[in-house]
Amino acid sequence: MKTDVLVIGAGAVGTAITRELSKYNLNVICVEKREDVGGDCSKSNSAIIHTGYDASPGSLESELVVSANPAYDQLCADLDIPFSRIGAILPAITDEQFAKLPEIKEKAMKNKVYDVEYLTREQLLQMEPELNKDVKGGLYIPRESIIDPFLFVVAMAENAVANGATFMLSTEVTGIKTENGKICGAETTAGYIEADYIINAAGLFCDDVAAMVGKNDYYVNPRKGQFYILDKNTSCKVNHIVLPIPTKLTKGKLMCPTIHGNMLVGPTAEDLTDKYDKSTTKEGLDSIREDVSKLIPNVRLGDTITQYSGLRANRNPEGLHIDTYEDLYGYVNLSGVRSTGLTNSISVGSYVAMLLKNMGLDMVWKENFISKRKGISRFHELSREEQDRLIKENPLYGNIVCRCETITEGEIVDAIHAPIPARSVDAIKRRLRAGMGRCQGGFCGPKVLEILARELNCETSDICKNNAKSYMICGKVK
Amino acid sequence: MYEITCDVAIVGGGPAGLAAAAAAKKEGTEKVIIIERDETLGGILQQCIHPGFGLKLFKEELTGPEYYGRFVDKVKELGVETLMNSMVLEIEKNTVVCMNKEHGITNVNTKSIVLAMGCRERTRANIMIPGTRPAGIYTAGSAQRLMNRQNEMVGKKVVILGSGDIGMIMARRMTLEGAEVVAVVELNNFLAGLTRNKVQCLDDFGIPLLLSHTITNIKGNDRVEGVVVSKVDEATKKVIAGSEQFFECDTLLLSVGLIPENELTRKAEIEISSITNGPVVNQYMQTSIPSVFACGNVVHVNDLVDNVSTESAIAGASAAKFAKGELGGGEEISVKTGENVRYVCPQRVVGGGGKVDFYFRVMAPKGQSVIAAKDGDKVLCSRKTIKVNPGEIEKITVDLGGVREIVIESREA
Amino acid sequence: MEKEIICTVCPTGCVMHVVGTETLIESIEGYTCPRGKKYGEYEFLAPVRILTSTVKSNEGRLIPCRSKNPLPKGKVLDCMEVLRGVTVTLPIKRGDVIVADILGTGIDIVATGE
Repeated sequence: MKTDVLVIGAGAVGTAITRELSKYNLNVICVEKREDVGGDCSKSNSAIIHTGYDASPGSLESELVVSANPAYDQLCADLDIPFSRIGAILPAITDEQFAKLPEIKEKAMKNKVYDVEYLTREQLLQMEPELNKDVKGGLYIPRESIIDPFLFVVAMAENAVANGATFMLSTEVTGIKTENGKICGAETTAGYIEADYIINAAGLFCDDVAAMVGKNDYYVNPRKGQFYILDKNTSCKVNHIVLPIPTKLTKGKLMCPTIHGNMLVGPTAEDLTDKYDKSTTKEGLDSIREDVSKLIPNVRLGDTITQYSGLRANRNPEGLHIDTYEDLYGYVNLSGVRSTGLTNSISVGSYVAMLLKNMGLDMVWKENFISKRKGISRFHELSREEQDRLIKENPLYGNIVCRCETITEGEIVDAIHAPIPARSVDAIKRRLRAGMGRCQGGFCGPKVLEILARELNCETSDICKNNAKSYMICGKVK
Repeated sequence: MYEITCDVAIVGGGPAGLAAAAAAKKEGTEKVIIIERDETLGGILQQCIHPGFGLKLFKEELTGPEYYGRFVDKVKELGVETLMNSMVLEIEKNTVVCMNKEHGITNVNTKSIVLAMGCRERTRANIMIPGTRPAGIYTAGSAQRLMNRQNEMVGKKVVILGSGDIGMIMARRMTLEGAEVVAVVELNNFLAGLTRNKVQCLDDFGIPLLLSHTITNIKGNDRVEGVVVSKVDEATKKVIAGSEQFFECDTLLLSVGLIPENELTRKAEIEISSITNGPVVNQYMQTSIPSVFACGNVVHVNDLVDNVSTESAIAGASAAKFAKGELGGGEEISVKTGENVRYVCPQRVVGGGGKVDFYFRVMAPKGQSVIAAKDGDKVLCSRKTIKVNPGEIEKITVDLGGVREIVIESREA
Repeated sequence: MEKEIICTVCPTGCVMHVVGTETLIESIEGYTCPRGKKYGEYEFLAPVRILTSTVKSNEGRLIPCRSKNPLPKGKVLDCMEVLRGVTVTLPIKRGDVIVADILGTGIDIVATGE
């Protein structure tokens, strides 16, 4: 196999780079060790498109986040994914927090996020009736927004595929070959891939990949974040992203709506050494309850439909780095991509494209670049007339499989045969939300399993929850 | 869009819907339609292949399929119509909007509606077990469906959380099919399900029942590798530090309770009880929208299907009377819960005389008790019982004549 | 031989204490009704269980089945082995015999579904 550019990792950043490069007349392959795009961190986070108001002023991260935010309205419209500029508020509950507001606003100004405003107690309580009544005042960050992080990655990947890029899933890089200070290609579990340029966007594992070329002058220390997702019917809801005033130690735990109308509460921030530890803990979950109820006293964590944890790829020493090396032509190393990674993925994409051009890659823009992508028809969002028409066109849309989220068999079959195919139960869940409702797959799980096996023409025992070893069924009863 | 007209539309073709349909038809209504999302009638009983059904109603021990089979024969004989593979999207006063592959969006225009959607299982998130999220965690009902209807074996070495009936029945079912059931773990210091199931499903196979224990962690990244089981304080239910034991297993089944399935009811803005999570009904099983009736596990989670059938027949007959304009109304009397009673169903009654059966669950298990219905200080009726248990539904029949208020209690003797 | 037997006749669940030999009951205590006493005696001398399971059909779909009457408890697992090897040919009706006189018990395994 031969390609011009090989991207390692199909998280938000790797996928955004791949999509960006698909705008040019290049061969691009993106390899991903997991069974699906969306990586680790990119799908388990707070799902916020940030403004960069609290970034470190003058840093690369600040520039990338601040410039990425305004692009999302058009991009999400083009990619046919939901996006909402609900805005964030930072309420100060204590005098100590209140005293910090000017400092936070000043930092926002330094980051050129000029639309951050002060809010009075009355304004805050009007905007968020569930807020702690002791609130003294706060800040409003109008362009902080919410997105479905997983759909975002899938949509970018599908759009990249439409423009000629290739994604190789369940493909792990095991070594990188260099010669005379120049990238030659990579050994993978799917064979050797010859490439002139390699971009390390392996996130949590970027230090392991960097070690393959001796550029691991840093290491990744995973920082766990645990979350709760609450039922759409929970009685205590917020309308904005409600952020705590950060302390020296932590950015703190927030509560916000998800793009699908659930409530998201969390995260914790716990430094780990194990990159595979995505367990939730009683201590972690309890600490969320304790902290968030200071902001939103009536939060009903009993209405939880799921809890999960994600790992941020925290860099040690800290900071976002996009590095090229004079002694290793053709290699780009990304590290320190953290909570702002989802937002800045797209600006990182163009930044990396610029680096490649500077390295001498011939980048000819495709005049026939397809900017728009059409997602799977969302049955439950259609009017009754449109639903009726869709069922007449394809009767599979007449069969509801997930009743909590009203997901049809038609949508599931479409996802299985999409450009980035859904091949596991979780892959279906992430794309369509089948099994993400309040029954958590109790009803639809067995049906999704049957449909997957039928469409992929395999045994149900071959179907996994996500990774290769996460089998669901261990054989036939009879 | 496809339009259908009928007298009584029944949402759900499980045991509740079937009994309601038969009763509605017997009451003399012209056109009764069952709207069912599955391709076959019978609901959850299709996967309940075990015996234990029908002891009250038929005086013989039937399996789930035999039990619903009798009702299916009956509704067919009576000429009840069915709309199969049809999912109900919403209900209004006199319309049920549903969809199917054949007709697309279908409006069923009806004089009355019976809600019989059943219930769903509580999940891991509802009980907040921390740990990883591997494959191999199933609710007992999903595992039952996979095994008994889809021929899929869900695991080989199993721990079951919750001593509800489905959990215990799955313990036996999996053992019979060659799996090893390591233990059944129960948070309370008493059994959640029926004693009969403990004897026949656990004791018969030497499966340990750990009362006052719970699962405090789940291990395994890809597939379940084991669970941590801890002892809890009997009174506070708090985990006792240092009591953790690791149980190796590849599967965790959850049998931690059922919740009435009331998405449609909520959307229709029908009054819902915060205790049962089902619609508030009167003795006719009539909800806060007079043309809408409800029965079975959608109203409150029952212990025996026989009770569901009895209650659903009332709903069906009342819905039929309503369709004919014959259902009486009257002054509303509220029904209150007294000592050791968690909820009573129906929650209210209308109109003067007549006998009404009240079904209720107690809060805590107690020995010899006196179950009584009172109007102020006046005891309307009472009976003695050897013991009461939250897992079993109790019944008391009250004559409404001249009654102004009803309080139902279960007092330890 | 002595045994604790939990009565399953009604939800009360009386605990009975039975003493005897394989063929004879010497004493039985703890029951609160005649039906319970009878259950205790049977359960001590010759416990029986209704067996329910599924069998494969020629179309792959499972057919639920049961022992028409209760079987000796000790034979349950052996009967399961027999059922593992059975494939029924559709169509089948509720009540149709799937295995007649299973393991010489005189009891039929019949279909409970269609």
